[in-house]
Amino acid sequence: TKTRDSFSGKVNDLVARYRKVDEEFFEELEEILIGADVGFETVMTLVDDLKMEVKRRNISDSKEVQSVISEKLVEIYQGNDADHTELNMQEGLTVILFVGVNGVGKTTTIGKLANKLKGEGKTVMLAAGDTFRAGAIEQLEVWGERVGVEVIKQAEGSDPAAVMFDALRSAKAKKADVLICDTAGRLQNKVNLMNELEKVKRVIEREIPGAPHEVLLALDATTGQNALIQAKTFKEVTNVTGIVLTKLDGTAKGGIVLAIRNELNIPVKFVGLGEKMDDLQEFDADKYVYGLFADVIEEKE
Amino acid sequence: MAFEGLTDRLQSTMQKIRGKGKVNEADVKEMMREVRIALLEADVNFKVVKDFIKRVSERAVGQEVLKSLTPGQQVIKVVKEELTELMGGDQSKIAVAGRPPTVIMMVGLQGAGKTTTTGKLANLLRKKHNRKPLLVAADIYRPAAIKQLETLGKQINMPVFSLGDQVSPVEIARQAIEKAKEEHHDYVLIDTAGRLHVDETLMGELKDIKELTKPDEIFLVVDAMTGQDAVNVAASFNEQLGLTGVVLTKLDGDTRGGAALSIRAVSQTPIKFVGMGEKLDALEAFHPDRMASRILGMGDVLTLIEKA
Ligand SMILES: Nc1nc2c(ncn2[C@@H]2O[C@H](COP(=O)(O)OP(=O)(O)OP(=O)(O)O)[C@@H](O)[C@H]2O)c(=O)[nH]1
Ligand SMILES: Nc1nc2c(ncn2[C@@H]2O[C@H](COP(=O)(O)OP(=O)(O)OP(=O)(O)O)[C@@H](O)[C@H]2O)c(=O)[nH]1
Ligand SMILES: [Mg+2]
Ligand SMILES: [Mg+2]
Repeated sequence: TKTRDSFSGKVNDLVARYRKVDEEFFEELEEILIGADVGFETVMTLVDDLKMEVKRRNISDSKEVQSVISEKLVEIYQGNDADHTELNMQEGLTVILFVGVNGVGKTTTIGKLANKLKGEGKTVMLAAGDTFRAGAIEQLEVWGERVGVEVIKQAEGSDPAAVMFDALRSAKAKKADVLICDTAGRLQNKVNLMNELEKVKRVIEREIPGAPHEVLLALDATTGQNALIQAKTFKEVTNVTGIVLTKLDGTAKGGIVLAIRNELNIPVKFVGLGEKMDDLQEFDADKYVYGLFADVIEEKE
Repeated sequence: MAFEGLTDRLQSTMQKIRGKGKVNEADVKEMMREVRIALLEADVNFKVVKDFIKRVSERAVGQEVLKSLTPGQQVIKVVKEELTELMGGDQSKIAVAGRPPTVIMMVGLQGAGKTTTTGKLANLLRKKHNRKPLLVAADIYRPAAIKQLETLGKQINMPVFSLGDQVSPVEIARQAIEKAKEEHHDYVLIDTAGRLHVDETLMGELKDIKELTKPDEIFLVVDAMTGQDAVNVAASFNEQLGLTGVVLTKLDGDTRGGAALSIRAVSQTPIKFVGMGEKLDALEAFHPDRMASRILGMGDVLTLIEKA
């Protein structure tokens, strides 16, 4: 297909099902958004805004409401400033730290990102900072082999801060362009584990002023409202600079990132679309917002 | 971040109807609005919420409320009761095959906690039930998945069956069962790779394993933080495989865990265990009443009822 699948075009399809913009229309819109994990409060704000706008502009035909919906959704996501998904790359060594709760896709995303950066001609190294979970170091090593980048590791059970220290020294000595640091998954309510993460970040800061240059929080798109608390707590502890929304190849939509962007001002930088090396894409707000409605639109088509 | 529990939400409505002799439809409607929000913020699927509210409202407006002395109390009680009821009874039993070995298959989405739970179950079976399980590494896709299970096996000093990652999972399962028979293992726990419920090829592989091994239990392992999509995942795995139980993991976090309710509602499958940590002893029986309070965000239901 051509570029007819622009977001506004698709929403037009959606609203075409309703001739009139009535309560029922708004109710269905509400359900679509809640079903996408956008969250009750955000949905209510959005729908109230929409209702007001519809009244103000005196719109009764659903076709006219489509542009308003797309405007509002993207507006809720990014306010007035358009997002930039580029990573904060340095002249010398760029350090990227991955954080997040258990099983969301940190290690896999590191493999994918290493592949992407290597493809751009950069020398990439990985730090096996998850010394806790069974098989975590080996998992990163497999990714290192797959992509063809070096992995700095210590024995299972060793101090993650010490691994980082080693890896930073090594990356500097070898004049690597990028060092990507894996960490063990941890639930944000575990105070001791969050302290450990803070320490890991401090070691990086001390060793290289200005680093880590990116702290990426991996969020599983399947996660519901708890993702907002995850983002808030990890931001407090590690000053998260961006989100990777993983597992978007499933049927979940990860709508909570709207609230996260809106309330905490953390942008999504990448999305994960599978388990393979090249299943990583830069985030595109328009495309994403369209995806929230995709099922409904397809049903109609 | 406004994740107030139902306790806070209902306070004002309950104040208002405090002096009344009975609760009328409007009062119930007002309270149910708050219940609805609490459930949605706890990640209960919106369709499940709709049905639930409808049923509870009918009960609450009916005669039971008229009989009650304090109307606010009565409504809350109905909500809590219905929720606990929906969640099913305590059912942490594990099947035992007439002829050993008993085969248990672990299935679920990527990263849900299958491999860890396989280790935990083995540990539980031996410690609490004095069994001798064989762990089977049937995830040939995820990098180092076999190594992960082997490491867990070592931690609890239990054998792990593996044929590497070049043999099909179906064949691995077949040979594992033979081996279990030879070596008199009474349980076989098969750790499968994470997969999307819409991945036809990989779901087909699970059906093949099922066909061949005739498992006594198929446990769906689900992350307690799962949002609205939990209904699709649970319904789909159930339709394709016929689940016998659910394990809800990562409940040591601070999620409300509304997915538990959604999963129950769409799959009618009992939640048998909950994962309460990364360590291999962190597996507990599921308690419906505790889960109901947690989802509602009512740490202390009794206090609320007293205040009413
Ligand atoms: N379908 C799909 N699966 C993914 C994606 N990203 C990761 N996964 C899978 O999710 C599972 C967990 O991924 P990991 O990278 O190990 O997650 P993690 O956050 O490092 O996990 P812990 O280190 O245990 O906390 C693996 O089976 C991955 O293959 C994705 O974008 N799509
Ligand atoms: N806090 C906590 N972490 C858990 C629990 N269960 C599993 N985990 C963690 O969740 C992550 C994923 O667990 P795995 O057992 O690898 O999940 P899986 O379903 O086998 O993942 P795939 O094989 O990649 O699909 C790991 O970091 C585990 O330590 C739990 O109950 N609580
Ligand atoms: Mg990892
Ligand atoms: Mg696994």
